[in-house]
Amino acid sequence: MRDHWMRAIALVAAIACPSAAQQEPDAVIVLSDEQRDPRIALPEIRGPIDSASAVDRFNDEVWKALEASGRLDIVPRSFYPRSAPRRPEDIQVDTKKMPEDPGARGLWLGGWAETPVIARYLVYGQIEDVDGRLALQGYVADVSQESVEASYIFGKRYYSEANAAGARGMAFDFARDILKNLGLGEGLAGTRIYYVHRDEGDDRKEIWVMDYDGRNKQRITNYRSLCLTPAISPDGRRIAFTTFVEGVPEIYVHSLETGRRLQFYNQDASLNTTPSFAPDNSAIYFASSASGRSQIYRADPDGGNLRRVSYSRALDVHPTVNPKTGAQIAFVSGASGMPQVYLMDSEGANRRRISGGGGDAVQPAWDPSGERLAFAWTRGYELGNYNIFLVDVASKRYTQLTHSRGRNDHPSFSPSGTHIVFASDRMGSTQIWSMRADGTQLRQLTSRGINESPVWATR
Amino acid sequence: MRSKHSIILIAAAIFLTLFAFGCKKEAPPPPPPPPPPPPEAPAPTVSITAEPSSIERGKAARLTWSSTNAASAEMNQGIGAVATSGNREVFPTRSTEYTITVKNADGKSASASATVTVRAPPPPPPPPPPKPDLSEAFSDANIQDALFDYDKSDLRPDAQNVLRANGTAIKALLGDYPEAAFLLEGHCDERGTTEYNLALGDRRATAAMEFLVNLGVPASKLSKVSLGEERPVCTDEDESCYQRNRRAHLRLR
Repeated sequence: MRDHWMRAIALVAAIACPSAAQQEPDAVIVLSDEQRDPRIALPEIRGPIDSASAVDRFNDEVWKALEASGRLDIVPRSFYPRSAPRRPEDIQVDTKKMPEDPGARGLWLGGWAETPVIARYLVYGQIEDVDGRLALQGYVADVSQESVEASYIFGKRYYSEANAAGARGMAFDFARDILKNLGLGEGLAGTRIYYVHRDEGDDRKEIWVMDYDGRNKQRITNYRSLCLTPAISPDGRRIAFTTFVEGVPEIYVHSLETGRRLQFYNQDASLNTTPSFAPDNSAIYFASSASGRSQIYRADPDGGNLRRVSYSRALDVHPTVNPKTGAQIAFVSGASGMPQVYLMDSEGANRRRISGGGGDAVQPAWDPSGERLAFAWTRGYELGNYNIFLVDVASKRYTQLTHSRGRNDHPSFSPSGTHIVFASDRMGSTQIWSMRADGTQLRQLTSRGINESPVWATR
Repeated sequence: MRSKHSIILIAAAIFLTLFAFGCKKEAPPPPPPPPPPPPEAPAPTVSITAEPSSIERGKAARLTWSSTNAASAEMNQGIGAVATSGNREVFPTRSTEYTITVKNADGKSASASATVTVRAPPPPPPPPPPKPDLSEAFSDANIQDALFDYDKSDLRPDAQNVLRANGTAIKALLGDYPEAAFLLEGHCDERGTTEYNLALGDRRATAAMEFLVNLGVPASKLSKVSLGEERPVCTDEDESCYQRNRRAHLRLR
């Protein structure tokens, strides 16, 4: 289905814009490599009967977190043997003794590696009651190996309160370690998404936060004003955003640890907006109209040592700093007519357009590697009907990730780079959605009110 | 014997003499002639004038009086005791007769009166028509939005005409209301994005403000704000609505 779409778009693009294709031979739509995700078996981990609901919650959340990572193919439980090891010592190595009945082979590595499970990895362990708290001893085995030692990938002990919230947190930690130890990034569990929320019929907007899966929605600001364009510092400790609290749009910075407002000096201008933190937290880049039109500036985290970075006769806005190098700024400029995505180095030199022209190309967002940018583009659609595109900065090749007739905008990468969160009105009102960075596995994360401008943060 | 007799006689004479001298006061004096009757106190006189004798309501008249042979003086109209000669201001609200009564030591009295005629004040000149409220005057000024093309902040001819009319109107307003100040809001249609539209709305407000300043509107009376796409006047998804939203909107600050 996706291939079909891609070819269709490529064809349409080639027919519709032959001259554009000639001018920019590198701007072609490429198909991302299909890579099969490793299969993993995730039998239920047993625990004390007194804490059955917390244990159930734990198993549920581990499953969802591994599933949401988009990096693993979890084998459905109906294929599993009836029992599973709880400790490495439970594993039977004498393959001659392995029963014929697949349901009875749970203690043999082969019982998980062979049909009908055909897994590469097995997650196992057990949960005990330790002084009223839960203690998980969890393991991951590579069941393609023959010995217990060779199969051992990692084992770790975790503790949590014996309630739903504790079990969820412990599941997040375990899932993150599983992914990390399998070389699959950190997953999504434990990450959070900041976004702008407004209630239906209300014209105020506040910043909210939710877990990666849309749970635990909490309000962050309470200015009863317009709060827009949230940005999170790379260390996850501070949030910067635009607010109209004092009449004109200004940048406020809050500590996410204390919730308090931190000092940030706004230069005297009718507009200070679209803050972005440098990766070492040493600077904030933002747009300001102090010169008469919006241009890019850089300041210390408290707004001091202000320096103008961009000098153009057009509108320059929405800087976002390369999270890997800190040396490149992606931003939006109207220098070539309709807004397009540009790059410059952090001192303002080497300014160049990165999006292919045509339509509005806006809202650049770096992937964590600092090599690709997601952005919203109306190319191929009516004005206002953005879709999410991905551009490789070095080659300028782009890929279209969403293909919706409505509006899909404001992409932001998950900290591991595997997923993208964005806003879409494909179901009516504007809501927040996540997807894998290849455009698959769409999930709607919000449904109440209007929700937009999501930003994915490490915590 | 004789000598004894004469001694008694002498003694008696001395005694009598002494007696006679000693009792001299006791002796009833001859009745004095009746004193002349005390002279009668002269009759008092008093006079009083009011200056002016005719006043407008609310204004003062001065009463001035003098008297002769008066020991005390009293004024009616609730004024009471006054000096026997003097003056004072009165503020009658209608025509009033002031009577002063003086008395001499014998209680003989004399009176005099003066009348202050009170005229109704002339009808006040008709008050100037009340100055309308600033916000009323502003809404009567028929201020219009200056409209823009998509993604543009330059002023089209129609926007310039609107701003010229707005400039004339607010200069007139500033003549009547020197305290007035104005805010230029820059707005965009919803098809752009939050971030770019904040920058674009700012530029639109700036363009309109610079135009008004060139027309002679004092820059100190103008400020600006971008509201991006956050405050549309309509939400229909058609060009006529988008056009209404792409605007520089002038309002009172």
